Amino acid sequence: MGDNDDIRIVARDDEEYPSALRPISDPPRELFVRGTLLPQDEIAVAIVGARRASEYGKAVARRLAADLVACGVTIVSGMARGIDGAAHQGALDGGGRTIAVLGCGPDMVYPKEHAPLMQRIIRSGAVVSEFPPETPPRPEQFPQRNRIISGLAKGVVVVEGRIGSGSLITADFALEQGREVFAVPGNIFEETTWAPHQLVAQGARLVVSALDILDELKIPHGSVQRPAAVSLSDEERAVWQQLSFTPLHVDRIAANCGQPVALISRVLLSLEAEGLVDALAGQRYVKKV
Amino acid sequence: MLAKVRTAAVQGLDAYPVDVEVDVGGGLPAFTIVGLPDTAVQEAKERVRAAIRNSNFEVPSRKITINLAPADVRKEGPAFDLPMAIGILLATEQIRASGLDGAMALGELSLDGGIRPVPGVLSIAMAARAGGIHTLIAPAVNAQEAALVEGLQVYAVRSLFQVTQHLEGEEVLTPVRSPPHSDAGADYAVDFAEVKGQAYARRALEIAAAGGHNVLMVGPPGAGKTMLARRLPTILPPLIWDEAIEVTRIYSVAGRLNGHGPVRERPFRSPHHSTSSAALVGGGTVPRPGEVTLAHHGVLFLDELPEFHRDALEVLRQPLEEGFVTVARVQSTVTFPSRFMLVAAMNPCPCGYHGDGLRECLCTPSQIARYLGRISGPLLDRFDLHIEVPRVPSGDLMTTLPAEPSTDIRTRVLRARARQQERLGSLGACNAGMTGRLLRKYCRLDEEGRTFLRAAIERLGLSARAHDRILRLARTIADLEAADVLTNAHLAEAVQYRAFDRPLRLLA
Ligand SMILES: Nc1ncnc2c1ncn2[C@@H]1O[C@H](COP(=O)(O)OP(=O)(O)OP(=O)(O)O)[C@@H](O)[C@H]1O
Ligand SMILES: [Mg+2]
Ligand SMILES: [Zn+2]
Repeated sequence: MGDNDDIRIVARDDEEYPSALRPISDPPRELFVRGTLLPQDEIAVAIVGARRASEYGKAVARRLAADLVACGVTIVSGMARGIDGAAHQGALDGGGRTIAVLGCGPDMVYPKEHAPLMQRIIRSGAVVSEFPPETPPRPEQFPQRNRIISGLAKGVVVVEGRIGSGSLITADFALEQGREVFAVPGNIFEETTWAPHQLVAQGARLVVSALDILDELKIPHGSVQRPAAVSLSDEERAVWQQLSFTPLHVDRIAANCGQPVALISRVLLSLEAEGLVDALAGQRYVKKV
Repeated sequence: MLAKVRTAAVQGLDAYPVDVEVDVGGGLPAFTIVGLPDTAVQEAKERVRAAIRNSNFEVPSRKITINLAPADVRKEGPAFDLPMAIGILLATEQIRASGLDGAMALGELSLDGGIRPVPGVLSIAMAARAGGIHTLIAPAVNAQEAALVEGLQVYAVRSLFQVTQHLEGEEVLTPVRSPPHSDAGADYAVDFAEVKGQAYARRALEIAAAGGHNVLMVGPPGAGKTMLARRLPTILPPLIWDEAIEVTRIYSVAGRLNGHGPVRERPFRSPHHSTSSAALVGGGTVPRPGEVTLAHHGVLFLDELPEFHRDALEVLRQPLEEGFVTVARVQSTVTFPSRFMLVAAMNPCPCGYHGDGLRECLCTPSQIARYLGRISGPLLDRFDLHIEVPRVPSGDLMTTLPAEPSTDIRTRVLRARARQQERLGSLGACNAGMTGRLLRKYCRLDEEGRTFLRAAIERLGLSARAHDRILRLARTIADLEAADVLTNAHLAEAVQYRAFDRPLRLLA
């Protein structure tokens, strides 16, 4: 259990209470808050999606979050595994603010492996919940908290979700609350793309870059900066060209490059140390954005 | 009348001489064995009686007393049968033997007078030779191993009757010829040529063999972890003659030689995870070698590592650290050699398929973390390499292209070993055994190397214990390239064999 010292109760008539929540149909009476809620958090975008997400989906979530915070947007999500975690991560790595809305007490770490992430969120934003401390995570609490995720944001981006995905509930709340709904396309043969494609079919805005969101929400954005071009050696470039968002085993990369695995392992390690690739369990690699 | 026949008994891997003294005299008919015999020795009476009778001799209806000297050491097993029978025949003057001076005899008798093999004959032959004995009468099945000892005349005998014929000069046997001493001759039933794909795992095992590094393999069921481990002995340097003799002696004492001459292949032992501690390190009232000793000069493979009992892993500590095991008993304490390469295998998660790419793993990160956490830090420290082994896609398994055979890999391993031996200055020394002092001396990094390693550790979130292991592995990687100086490339590759230093990646 976390320590209770840093948990504050913010009631509906407190100044700190997010003004975006006041007009929604069922606003929480009070919020338990760890970290800070700032006036600038009014310009917020929620990024949500599947827990069992693909590497592609997580990469998109990280990238969108990083690009949005670069324009002063706060990222809201649910701190779940998969897309939610990647969205918070992208916001934090981009040096921006992020808010996690929990479906349990604000002192509970769920899922457990997000303990370090949670600490970072508290330092660069807030963890909030309508459930008092020591409330364990219960399945019925999660749909209910989704209305706060959408309520805090000007728009909700659904990155991945299977049939019956919880992200659809968040999207429904968003529509009800008059928020924009965005959806990220993917591979039609993957079950994780069902929910976003369904949303597009129903009229959600298709997102291929953060600009689509910023334009729609009329958030000023000068120019979204791309990561500075890095100079790659010939070997690094050859390996980099073999990579995608579909994890590839080092043996396969070596075979595709026609080089000994010893050499390819070395190159992959330097690409990883430079932050250009991600190494996954099983000696598999994906591009990082 | 009194007769004396010399024989020997095994203790640990060594043998000591035993005199079988037989007295046949007046008094009520009886058959007594003294000199701390165990039950098997006591039962010799019945075997000896029947064997003598069925070899057309007589067991006198007199008082037979047999003393096994020295009397203060516990005697076990049936190897005293033959010398006892010879002693009785001599003492009752049913045979006359001149050829027993400077000779030893041993063997188990069957009821029909046949002679059965016994364990430890090579040890006995060695002790006999060292004690000035020039002739050994041994069971035919054991004759090959006894003949490995130079300067000893070994007679292979099949029956008690044949022994009496030989001793009386009726039908003299010719001594068994020793095989030539050579360092060659290993013949493995498996080869790396059979392993399709697995470029990364093959490279890792080559490095392990080159530097004598222990390896932990993590991979889904059917990835071929057992297959790879089994082939590790085939790329290690061939056993030199003295090592082969040591291994042969162990297998002889364990009763696992089955009539074969010297063991030329490096052993591969794969005890099940339910194996008791005693079976792992050796035990028994008269201690017998355990798995760690049967793996001496070879590979000990622990499949399903997390399933092994804590105390089973605990008893591996002494053999891993010191290269031998001590088995203490009330009667005696014996020491068995146990220098082996440790290879272990495990699944990546409870369901087995995390990181597989072909099949989805439904384990949660905390379940996986808990599973991996069953491998404690001190246990993990035993492994210089921890590698993830994938399942090879079925298309690649179908390829008919032959993979590189073990001999080619072994040639590179031998070159790398030669460099280590020269640098470390002692026979058989390899990088895995470098002390901290030697590590600092031979794995020095320049400023660029230090910066690279520091950055890698920081950026990739490697655990602190990784540093020295990476240096050690990089040294072996450089030795495989005949490079004196450690470069960033060597360091980068070394990091790739340290999966457990990157807990987050194992969960990713
Ligand atoms: N790379 C390969 N090349 C050829 N055959 C292979 C390869 N990988 C696996 N096989 C075949 O699959 C069988 C299963 O491999 P093995 O028993 O070594 O897998 P394992 O990783 O030890 O699995 P388990 O976890 O079930 O013990 C092998 O006996 C072999 O026939
Ligand atoms: Mg196996
Ligand atoms: Zn699993």
